[in-house]
Amino acid sequence: MVPLSWYIILSAVMFSIGVFGFLARRNLIIIFMSVELMLNAVNVSFVAFSHYLQSINGQIMVFFIITVAAAEAAIGLAILIAFYKNNPTVNSDEINLLKG
Amino acid sequence: MTLLQIFFAYFATMMTVLSVLVVTRKNPVHSVLLMLFLFVHIAGLYLFLNAEFLAAIQIIIYAGAILILFLFVIMLLNLRKEETENRFQKQWQFALGAGAVLVIFFIMIVSKITVFPPLGEYSIEAIQSEGAMMTIGTVLYTRYLLPFEIASLVLLVAIIGAVVLAKRRIQ
Repeated sequence: MVPLSWYIILSAVMFSIGVFGFLARRNLIIIFMSVELMLNAVNVSFVAFSHYLQSINGQIMVFFIITVAAAEAAIGLAILIAFYKNNPTVNSDEINLLKG
Repeated sequence: MTLLQIFFAYFATMMTVLSVLVVTRKNPVHSVLLMLFLFVHIAGLYLFLNAEFLAAIQIIIYAGAILILFLFVIMLLNLRKEETENRFQKQWQFALGAGAVLVIFFIMIVSKITVFPPLGEYSIEAIQSEGAMMTIGTVLYTRYLLPFEIASLVLLVAIIGAVVLAKRRIQ
């Protein structure tokens, strides 16, 4: 029997690695993928709770999280493409037009 | 270690190693392919947790649509491997510290929850008697109908927004 705390620890480790990738990388594509990694870590936690508390709400929540993550990835990448036409870089520290 | 725990240990180790590899590769295409491998392992973990519909949805949508979108954008922007530039920001040690604090916080506090709400009625036998997809379908179209319709609106906004943002302006 796999205890529930193992799933929570796995979800926490994946989420923290996503946080590190989001804060530490320069490439915007990798930053987007770190956001998807964080969302997947939360999905794992939801499904684990849904299994151990014998509820179906966790799985429904994951269904909606996957939907919103797909929409957000599409729009984020569209914004990146629109920005790339003016300033051909994907490094987050070279996007500093508003810097005072 | 029972067989279940050995399986879980394999999934957990692979998921941790793959996520570390995803955020540290120089070549973004390598990151996307490693992320595909990670999503397949997550789908395997969902199968482990009696969520067959979600495992299929995970592979179809995440691996089959979102990662393809990432690959297309990488190809369109013609991103080369970052050969001479830094991968990490100037202050990546603070990011490492933030991640370490977060994981220590979660492991020490959140994983030691002992009081749970009362168990629901969707036990493993109840879900398996109807099938995972039938159970989710019944709940999704009766109790969660409003969020379902709102999710369709979210996708509509995403489609329109993505087309408007990325289309070529004819001067």
